[in-house]
Amino acid sequence: MSSIVEIKNLSVSYGATCALEKISCQIEKGDFVGLVGPNGGGKTTLAKTILGLIPSHSGNILLFGENLKGFTDYSKIGYLPQKHTGINPLFPATVAEVVILGLLSAKKWPKKINQNDWYNVDGLCESLGIVNLKNKLIFELSGGQQQKVMLARALASEPELLILDEPSTALDPASREVFFTRLKELNSQKQTTIILITHDTGYIGQYANKLLYIDRKMVFFGKITDFCPSGEMESCFEKSDQHIIWHQHK
Amino acid sequence: MDIIQILQYSFIQKAFIAGSFVAITCSSLGLFLVLRKMSLIGDGLSHVSFGAIALGLFFGVYPMYVAVPVVVLASILILKISEKARVYGDAAIGIVSAVGIAGGVILASLSKGFNVDLFSYLFGNILAISMSEVVLSIILSAVVLLVISFFYWDLFSATFDEEYAKTTGIKTNFINTLLTALTAITVVLSVKVVGIMLVSALLILPAVSALQISKKFKTALLLGGVFSLVSVISGIIISFVLDLPPGATIVMLNAIFFALVFTYKKLHKR
Repeated sequence: MSSIVEIKNLSVSYGATCALEKISCQIEKGDFVGLVGPNGGGKTTLAKTILGLIPSHSGNILLFGENLKGFTDYSKIGYLPQKHTGINPLFPATVAEVVILGLLSAKKWPKKINQNDWYNVDGLCESLGIVNLKNKLIFELSGGQQQKVMLARALASEPELLILDEPSTALDPASREVFFTRLKELNSQKQTTIILITHDTGYIGQYANKLLYIDRKMVFFGKITDFCPSGEMESCFEKSDQHIIWHQHK
Repeated sequence: MDIIQILQYSFIQKAFIAGSFVAITCSSLGLFLVLRKMSLIGDGLSHVSFGAIALGLFFGVYPMYVAVPVVVLASILILKISEKARVYGDAAIGIVSAVGIAGGVILASLSKGFNVDLFSYLFGNILAISMSEVVLSIILSAVVLLVISFFYWDLFSATFDEEYAKTTGIKTNFINTLLTALTAITVVLSVKVVGIMLVSALLILPAVSALQISKKFKTALLLGGVFSLVSVISGIIISFVLDLPPGATIVMLNAIFFALVFTYKKLHKR
């Protein structure tokens, strides 16, 4: 198996505050990793450091076997951020235009969008049930609809690694099921590696094959089958959460 | 005097040509600046151009040739100050623009001879534009518009969601530097059209008017260009016929466009 993400002794600080300390793990092709931990535990920081958005203090990250600093093949990565606070609310961008931004990583300068790209965006929107929204302005949509658009954007370049930061918070239960089924399909059929940050332990137990628990330091990393409800884990998970993960996975 | 007669004057023809290029450049760039909340960088850089023009006059060099590189450097300095010195962008603009004005005033005081020339740049006069200035306007406008077209999707992505743009490999620091450098060139070009005091209006007003009623980014780009072009052309004619200052007339027409589209939008919503 080839490593998609390899993290060695990674530490990240915000000024004098240590956000992550000596994290090491290896994520293989086809892994579906549930990244969990308490609020402020460093989950989003870890995701953003993998993406190169936050500089590391020490340690090393290899993406597809290449050092993060020299990594250029961004089309291999799809990212769905936690909150869409970065979106410019006055920007008159349509859904189709937002989705097409996910294709830019696969384009060489000067980046040109052709008819085939728009056709592919149509297909992607169709598969996620948002084709009827493609000409609407992004800021006219509900939070759940925006979330689907952002997932389409993350999937546009057909990435080999998907990093999803609390993707289901704005979705209704029916949309959540469709969303996770789609993720599972990508994972099992296309061997897409998925790193999913969520507080929803039920979905982790149901879909992930590995668990990474961080609370600034790494608490647990391994196969979900190796994770058993135990007294030792009670400092990390409530008893009920442990059982949900364990039973859902079984 | 009818429009055909007016068009026969060579100074009007030159004003139309230079004004049209500057109008479209300003509105295109202005849309990105407004959406990135960088509108006031035009104002700050126009103040720097005051100092740069004074520098040119002081050393007896054609002011525009000095203003283009100096204002481009100042634009990069604004970015570097906000990045390296942990100063907010608006404060960095304030620092650089104040230094620009102060430098201009000191040079004007030292020379005691070019005050009239320098102050003519404050309010501009497109009707007095020279042939070499027309050529410079066309060349620099073409450069700015070509760069925008080559980096269209990078600018679009970085303006819509800068953090996500980084994850797709877009060098957002480079895009920011490029945008401010293009703004610097455009500001210098616009000084002759509307003057130092009113340059930022030419960058901001067509863009905000277009954004009021556009349902697509490309429509906003197109509408902004139309508003800008119509106000510059009609501003030149009106100012000539009514003997008004052209720069101020162009800005007032832009403001009228904004008021009209804003009213239209409000009525349309009801």
